[in-house]
Amino acid sequence: MSTMRANNRLAYYYVMPALAVMALVVLWPFIYNVIISFSNMNLTHFHDWRIKGVRNYLLVLTESTFWWFLWKTFLWTAINLVFHVGIGIFLALILNKDIKGKSVFRTLLILPWAVPQYITALTWRGMFNSEYGAVNLFLSDVAGLQIPWLSTEWGAFTACLITNIWLGFPFMMIVALGGLQSIPDELYEAADLDGANAFQKFRNITAPLLKPVMVPAIILGIIWTFNNFNVVWLVSNGGEPSDTTHILVSYVYKAAFTYFRMGYAAAFSMIIFVILFIFSWRFIKHTKVIENVYA
Amino acid sequence: MRKPRDLTLRGRIGSYLILGIFTIFALYPILRVISISLRPGDRLLTKSLAIIPEDATMESYVKLFLDEPFMLWMWNSIVISAIVTIVGVGLAATAGYSFSRYKFAGRNASMLGIITTQMFPVTMLLLPLFIMLIKLKLYDSYIGLIIAYSATALPFTVWQMKGYYDTIPYSLEEAAMIDGAPPFFTFYRIVLPLALPALAITALFSFMTAWSEYLVAAVLLQDTGLFTLPIGLKGFQSSMETAWGLYSAGAVVVSIPVVVLFMFLSRWLISGLTLGSVKG
Repeated sequence: MSTMRANNRLAYYYVMPALAVMALVVLWPFIYNVIISFSNMNLTHFHDWRIKGVRNYLLVLTESTFWWFLWKTFLWTAINLVFHVGIGIFLALILNKDIKGKSVFRTLLILPWAVPQYITALTWRGMFNSEYGAVNLFLSDVAGLQIPWLSTEWGAFTACLITNIWLGFPFMMIVALGGLQSIPDELYEAADLDGANAFQKFRNITAPLLKPVMVPAIILGIIWTFNNFNVVWLVSNGGEPSDTTHILVSYVYKAAFTYFRMGYAAAFSMIIFVILFIFSWRFIKHTKVIENVYA
Repeated sequence: MRKPRDLTLRGRIGSYLILGIFTIFALYPILRVISISLRPGDRLLTKSLAIIPEDATMESYVKLFLDEPFMLWMWNSIVISAIVTIVGVGLAATAGYSFSRYKFAGRNASMLGIITTQMFPVTMLLLPLFIMLIKLKLYDSYIGLIIAYSATALPFTVWQMKGYYDTIPYSLEEAAMIDGAPPFFTFYRIVLPLALPALAITALFSFMTAWSEYLVAAVLLQDTGLFTLPIGLKGFQSSMETAWGLYSAGAVVVSIPVVVLFMFLSRWLISGLTLGSVKG
């Protein structure tokens, strides 16, 4: 970068406070977590814990629940991202046109992002109530349906999905809209002169120019969704029915703070982190976003 | 010839239709909460889908403020959020500046390290923090909360600030330095005022992190006198019978300040987020 100043003592003064805080509250717990993950710490061995090797890791990896919730977490992340990005780009394409009142629509459409996440989750939980919830009242009016949302495994999973799609699409919409606004009109005018149709214009102008903006947002979206504890935990009230509605993070939270299986939960957390780490870096490498980030 | 951003009549009707449907989808849950908060106590569980209930009343709000410790929760949340915001803005404004303007040993490693923290599942930090606070007998205090919230908000805000500083031409600072201004002065008096939109977003995100956080607080606070708004509101739902009126009134009161702030800052949000990601 041409504006970058050479190595300078001042740089450290500016960056030190933040890095010190991060080291204290991120690096240190991380190391401590690694240590506990090799220990037998739990409620009965809270003070007299000792290192027991990799048995917590083996325990996690040999449990069928781990693989089941891993699969559910992938499903959860994939479905959410498809809807977030799909709805986000679709609405952004419309809002990028010259239509009256678009700033009103834009403002109203980002409301779900503005509402605190836990309120969203608790409110949707109320709306999915099978008897008095708005969703079933609406469905029974329109189609005569009564779906037991929160009392079945996949009903609760779908309820969590709908809630999270609701709160997540505005972020992608805003990012896409920012990207679209930076594409010069002249490109489309030139394409019109060449007789390109709408699909060709999207494929050859919009999509490639939107990509550098969307890719970092999608990576963040994947990481946030994979680890999105709030919605799953609060909509399903801690995994109901009977601990089937979990993704990996909510399951490990329960192990840590309901059953106090600290060693086990620490090892479980490490495994989640490693999965996400490998996946993210492959994705980042593959899409070459790092070059953009470092430009 | 048609301009690229113009629409045909059919396109326009279709666009309004789609925007309308999604706007209803976005607004309905919010209107629903407002509606329930206005219902009289004996009609909380009706099967009505009407937005403004018959006999609308402020009963739930009065009960919330007079009979419940709502004011206490709110005060606790305000104190924590204010501290987290001040800490967050201070740290992100300086660290982002350093990443944007200087080359130094460990710069790239620090920046990547900061992104990596986003991949930590929340238990990875919360569990050690929880154990440490118990052992230090600092459990049931705000220290843990403030630490955890500051760390949660920082990665995003540091990157955000860095992205914004990158768009401010360095020549401004060079000119000031040629005139003999000391380096801190150029940062404080020239760059920071120009970065006001990004600072506003940083403040908003720090504030929202603390104001809206449930699970760390649920683990670290047991004493009801220390409860924050999220734990208090969740309590209305988790007892044997859900107090829908109180919950909904509380949800409305809690959401209004963040929603208003968010709306107010949203035009900066659009440029801030995309600049941050495009120019990185």
